[in-house]
Amino acid sequence: MVTDNKPPLISINVDGVEHQVVAGTNLVDALAKIGKEVPHYCYHPKLTIAGNCRMCLVELGSPMRDRATNEVILENGKPKIGWQPKPAIACATNVSPGLHVKLDSPEVKACREGVTEMLLLNHPLDCPICDQAGECKLQEFSAEYGKGYSRYVDEKNAKPKKTRLGPRVTLDDERCILCSRCVRFCNDIAKDPVLGFVNRGSFNTLTCFPGKELNNNYSLNTVDICPVGALTSTDFRFKMRVWFLKKTPSICTESSVGVNTTIWSREGKIYRITPRQNDAVNDTWMADSGRELYKQVEDAHRITSASVKGTKTSVDIAFNTASEIIKSGHLAIVGSGHLTVEEQYLLSDLAKKHSAKTYVPAHTGKGDGMLISEDHTPNFRGALVTGLTQNAAVDLKALSSDIESGKVKSLLICREDVTTLGLSAQLLSKVRVIVIATHKNATTDTAEVVLPGLTVFERSGSFINCQFRLQSFVQAIPGPAGTLPDSSYLARFAGLNVNSLWKELAQHVPALAGLAHGKIPEDGVVIDSSKWSSLTFPEGRLLKFAPAGVTA
Amino acid sequence: MSAVERPLIYANLRKPGYSIDIDCYIKHGGYEALKKAVAMKPDEVCKEVEISGLRGRGGAGFPTGMKWKFLDRKSGKPCYLVVNADESEPGTFKDRQIIYKDPHQMLEGIAITAWAIQAKQIFIYIRGEFQHGAKILENAIAEAKAKGFLGNNILGSGYSCDVVVHRGGGCYVCGEETGLIESLEGKRGYPRIKPPYFPAVLGVYNCPTIVNNAETLAQVKHVLTFGGAEFAKIGIPGDSGTHIWGVSGLVKRPGLYEIEAGKATFGQLLYDFCGGPLEGRTFKAIIPGGSSTKILKFGERFKGKLPNGQEFDWALEDIPLDSNSIAACGTGLGTGGTIVIDDSVEMIQALSNLNAFYAHETCGQCTPCREGSLWLSRVSKRITTGGGLESDVSLLLDIANQVAGRTICAHGEAVAWPVQSAVPKFKDEYLDSIKRRQNGDFVSPLKLI
Repeated sequence: MVTDNKPPLISINVDGVEHQVVAGTNLVDALAKIGKEVPHYCYHPKLTIAGNCRMCLVELGSPMRDRATNEVILENGKPKIGWQPKPAIACATNVSPGLHVKLDSPEVKACREGVTEMLLLNHPLDCPICDQAGECKLQEFSAEYGKGYSRYVDEKNAKPKKTRLGPRVTLDDERCILCSRCVRFCNDIAKDPVLGFVNRGSFNTLTCFPGKELNNNYSLNTVDICPVGALTSTDFRFKMRVWFLKKTPSICTESSVGVNTTIWSREGKIYRITPRQNDAVNDTWMADSGRELYKQVEDAHRITSASVKGTKTSVDIAFNTASEIIKSGHLAIVGSGHLTVEEQYLLSDLAKKHSAKTYVPAHTGKGDGMLISEDHTPNFRGALVTGLTQNAAVDLKALSSDIESGKVKSLLICREDVTTLGLSAQLLSKVRVIVIATHKNATTDTAEVVLPGLTVFERSGSFINCQFRLQSFVQAIPGPAGTLPDSSYLARFAGLNVNSLWKELAQHVPALAGLAHGKIPEDGVVIDSSKWSSLTFPEGRLLKFAPAGVTA
Repeated sequence: MSAVERPLIYANLRKPGYSIDIDCYIKHGGYEALKKAVAMKPDEVCKEVEISGLRGRGGAGFPTGMKWKFLDRKSGKPCYLVVNADESEPGTFKDRQIIYKDPHQMLEGIAITAWAIQAKQIFIYIRGEFQHGAKILENAIAEAKAKGFLGNNILGSGYSCDVVVHRGGGCYVCGEETGLIESLEGKRGYPRIKPPYFPAVLGVYNCPTIVNNAETLAQVKHVLTFGGAEFAKIGIPGDSGTHIWGVSGLVKRPGLYEIEAGKATFGQLLYDFCGGPLEGRTFKAIIPGGSSTKILKFGERFKGKLPNGQEFDWALEDIPLDSNSIAACGTGLGTGGTIVIDDSVEMIQALSNLNAFYAHETCGQCTPCREGSLWLSRVSKRITTGGGLESDVSLLLDIANQVAGRTICAHGEAVAWPVQSAVPKFKDEYLDSIKRRQNGDFVSPLKLI
């Protein structure tokens, strides 16, 4: 485990009370850390400062100094505070020693009331039909800091209500408060500058540049950071009120980055996936493609029941057949980087008990330098840590010849379609095959026993990402009726108890010593990876990751 | 003692037969000041300007020498000189005269300034509507380059500096220095937040930049001609040089009058220079320094203390024409564009007109100014069309109070100040207008034009 050096603390004065904050941090963030909310719209900790919403206006002061001697001027034994004549935006202020802040003064209150009233003048106030309702900053701050009524009797501006900005984002311009978060995101983070404002003054309108559309793979982050209901996800739009949804922390399985996510579900159905902040992994972002993964749950090819020789059967019968095949010996195992650390450990244990060779095929492809790495599995590092494989790159040639030569007579395949990895269906027909899979494919079609697997949303576990950061996720929705998690099949094959699995892991896997599923911190924990430092991994530079030998 | 003009900037351009070509300018002593400057060290030129006490002519009246001192020399980045010729303040038309009639005077001041701050490049940001002015400047620059006053190796000094004339796209806020810089960089003219974007530190391309008004730079030429100490003797202590008063509106002789700072009063300006009100009218109010400054009402008494400690008790006519005295009366000298309002004007219409301008010109970047300006405009327009409520008078003031001091740039103040000053001073008239217009009486009882 690696611990960070703690940055120095300084003292600032908030409404007359001294507080310790981290030196040099943004005032909005520093105050949030000590439990003081500064309402803001345009400020976002991961974006450049715009300072345009004016909601975070506060009064600032600092100790006065004598111009000649540079000594602090005292008044009644205390430093005399020089207050700035005009309110200043907290978002463009970094904390400095002795900074004085007023959050509770009549002036600050008036500023917030004023800005709130102004923002609502031309706002359609269509909260009852707005997707953002319930998680809308404008709604929250209007209730908290507004007057509660409007003095506006004139006509409101009319703007486009349903603009298609791209394949996944729909814009309601009337709700837009022109905070420019989305514009800054596209310019600075996604590096795809397609958004901008046209017209002038209160008639300012967010739009795509002519001939462009917002179709980069990070476009939905603009929806996440939109503080109001202007930018909406075309997929999620008008589907569900957010307060009905259950939030479950999860990990994106798209690649070895291990983007932290939140699964939003209700009554066993997932409605959307959004990023969960982890400053060491994905900041507050995630790729659009990762958000669509929940659609695999109800995919037409989903395997929802066990089968033996192509005939649907109960899980028990299929399991017994599988056990018998495993016991018959000459076993080889194809594991996967899609399995959890727990499942990989069980497989590894099973392999030891049956002296079976194990294979973990790599799935490499194009990365985007951001949050999709070149390794398209979430947990290849887990296979190394649990001893399921020793190498970074493995192909199935050896397995192929072992089958040909009759050395291998039975095969356990977990979550891999080996027909796409060089084992033909014809070759597979020479051995008895057990497959644990979530979706139908050519391998499941030829397998003797098929056990239905669960998706990442339906089971709990942990993954180790490209930084060797162990991160856990929990089950968001139940799996199809009658199915069991992979780990229960594997534990029964290996003769282990699922409930004491982490005890085993902590005991037998040195890198995981002292850890347990429930003990993994929210933002994960980096484990000792020195054992694998000689291996070459496919990942290039990413948002928060640089390969060994490349300076971050 | 009757006041007289003291033309400095306009001295030549008013002469019969004076033309914009460089030979004519040189014949009238042109580019001598530049020669003098190049013979000095850049720091010495800065010092002269500092001693002169010259204050910026763009409206804020900030001391020019001090502005140059703020230039971040430690960064090691190149520095730029930007000439703000985006004259767009309503009621202001002084820079246009220089550009159209005596461009070399400004170019000489620019060359001196570029030398003084050792600028790498000069940008002249000229108001988009000054199409012809831009051509004049481009011709003048070519002439000056041909004679070695600009461009490569200026006057054999080894120092080179090129000039680019950039035409604005037609936006008031692009006259605000950071909005101007954004626009110059090819972006939307949104003013930047200060801190951190002080032009002297992070200006054009995030390099140290000096942005000076066109007239200020013309004045710099005269600072060098006279020498800083001599120049400081023109005008009064704290405000040296001349001010160009561009009087428009309802007076007999509107026009441009160049007067030594502090050496005349508003009374003299309006009655002696401008010939007083039109036949049968009386003055009602003036907006002294471009539409964004606070309105002054005739009949008001102005009492208080000047920065030098002197107490005063003036009628509007007695206010001396220098920035400190005018500021002490609660308004500003601004650009010297005085708009005169007489008793034929119904104040709500004047206010409605101003509000409409600011609502049209707000860039819309920050909330209070964007929404407040349009709200003010809608309320005042509603009053003029008969839909006014008595509560609107206090509402106007309240909205203005929610804008001033809470915005990124000074456009917020420009939006608020006309309302903040006019509403208390003309409250009764506004209430009367509201009531009459509610009853369908749109004919002003006041004298009509």
